[in-house]
Amino acid sequence: MFEYFLTNKNNWLSAKGPESEIVFSSRVRLARNLEGFPFTLQANSIQKKEILSKMQNVYKEIGKIKGGAFVKKEELSSIDGQFLLERHLVSKELIAESEDSKGIIISNDERISIMINEEDHLRMQVITSGFDLKNCWKILDEIDNDLSRKLKFSFSPELGYLTSCPTNVGTGLRASCMLHLPALVLTKRMNKILELLARISFTTRGLFGEGTQALGNFFQISNQVSLGLSEEELIDNLIGVVNQIKGQEIDARDTLMKKFRPNLEDSVWRALGILRNSRLITTKEALGHLSTLSLGLDLDIIKDTDLFVKEDGKGLINSLFIIIQPAHLQKIESKSLKGAQRDYVRAEILRNKLGGKNV
Amino acid sequence: MLCDICHKNPATVHLTEIINDKVVEMHVCQACAQNKAQEINQQLSISDFLGGLLDIGEKKTKEQALRCPSCGLSYADFKKKGRLGCSTCYTTFKHFLTPLLKKIHSATRHAGKTPASIERVAPVRQVGVEQLKRALEEAIKTEEYEEAAKLRDKIKELEKKQNKKTSNK
Repeated sequence: MFEYFLTNKNNWLSAKGPESEIVFSSRVRLARNLEGFPFTLQANSIQKKEILSKMQNVYKEIGKIKGGAFVKKEELSSIDGQFLLERHLVSKELIAESEDSKGIIISNDERISIMINEEDHLRMQVITSGFDLKNCWKILDEIDNDLSRKLKFSFSPELGYLTSCPTNVGTGLRASCMLHLPALVLTKRMNKILELLARISFTTRGLFGEGTQALGNFFQISNQVSLGLSEEELIDNLIGVVNQIKGQEIDARDTLMKKFRPNLEDSVWRALGILRNSRLITTKEALGHLSTLSLGLDLDIIKDTDLFVKEDGKGLINSLFIIIQPAHLQKIESKSLKGAQRDYVRAEILRNKLGGKNV
Repeated sequence: MLCDICHKNPATVHLTEIINDKVVEMHVCQACAQNKAQEINQQLSISDFLGGLLDIGEKKTKEQALRCPSCGLSYADFKKKGRLGCSTCYTTFKHFLTPLLKKIHSATRHAGKTPASIERVAPVRQVGVEQLKRALEEAIKTEEYEEAAKLRDKIKELEKKQNKKTSNK
């Protein structure tokens, strides 16, 4: 299932979005519940099935998603589920073992997805490449409006959209940006920034959302507050914060280039050497070297031609960040692979894509 | 070296845990390490923190047994899971939720959009004083004084209305 995603060229991984050097991707999601049904926690299986079938009918009438795929959770194999998780299209909670009637709708370009019967009845998201939060919101707002003409959402004038967890009530909105901040990590300024972010009510997570550590120098920054501000204000605030961090990262990159250029060049070329030559490599190690390589491209230490591609070396590296993940490897090989086998296949794919030898 | 947990596979992951103030080193295989990591993830969830926030300000055990008449969720359930059961829960547990919302969001009133279906019935969107005040600041910053004067009058009017409401209570 979803094999066609592997050849998608214009999704959020393409590095073609605005300012995508430091801001890898932008995402906005809304939590919604249907009036007349208890939230997922208290709903019985008949009620959940009814919600699922309502959505199965309604989505075909919503312009932006009507051509997409509707899949029930029980139709997803565990690798398919993991594959969608690695592509940031579903949450851990959605694919967790349970008998609940959960489902997912995904647009063909993967930009839009709607999870059904997750923590809330609906969790809809728009994810795009680069720094493009306003565009994400524009698309999502339209889908939300279209849906609210077909379905009645739980809403109170005082508290706004009612959600299962009080941390989402009000707008039900969570906006986030995935930032690649290798220079801030190298110059050891990141901890200070994380501290400051927490103080002004912004949450930081790793590459794979809640409860994950920062791998490959990726940090996902999102708003913590969802009540008391309008959707536009929440998004503007995040844009402000992301711009600040981006500025800090650019400063740190300048410092590195001015004071430590030989060390930086050495790291970048060594990273390429390892990726081109290793025979066994873990996800964590590969992500680290890909991050260094990505920085090398941003700073013109290496060029697209050094990677033996004519253009879009950045897009290539961005896609590698995702396809070296365990479920992607198994999807590409169309078979289940154990830990050490995966490390071998991962090394092989990296060599092939980055112009290494296979002798 | 074999895995400390399953004693079957070779240990490839080395963990350091602190159990009762003692540092315990463990050498485990990849599969057991993953299970262990999941355990740790499960141990810490947002609901634990919510439960912690709720502990403050709660006095009577009678209130602990409070149940939502619509979905049957008890206050104790909410504290444990950090999730509400239905839209009526917001009214049932209002007494506890208001201080909690203040802590999480520093606000207790919605200032965002309304569903399109509701908008058709009541097209007037409620604009809060706070939102107007921010717009006023913005107008002063950009030196749009005419707009600022309009906003100032609106704020006064709204505040008057609100004061009336509270004095009526």
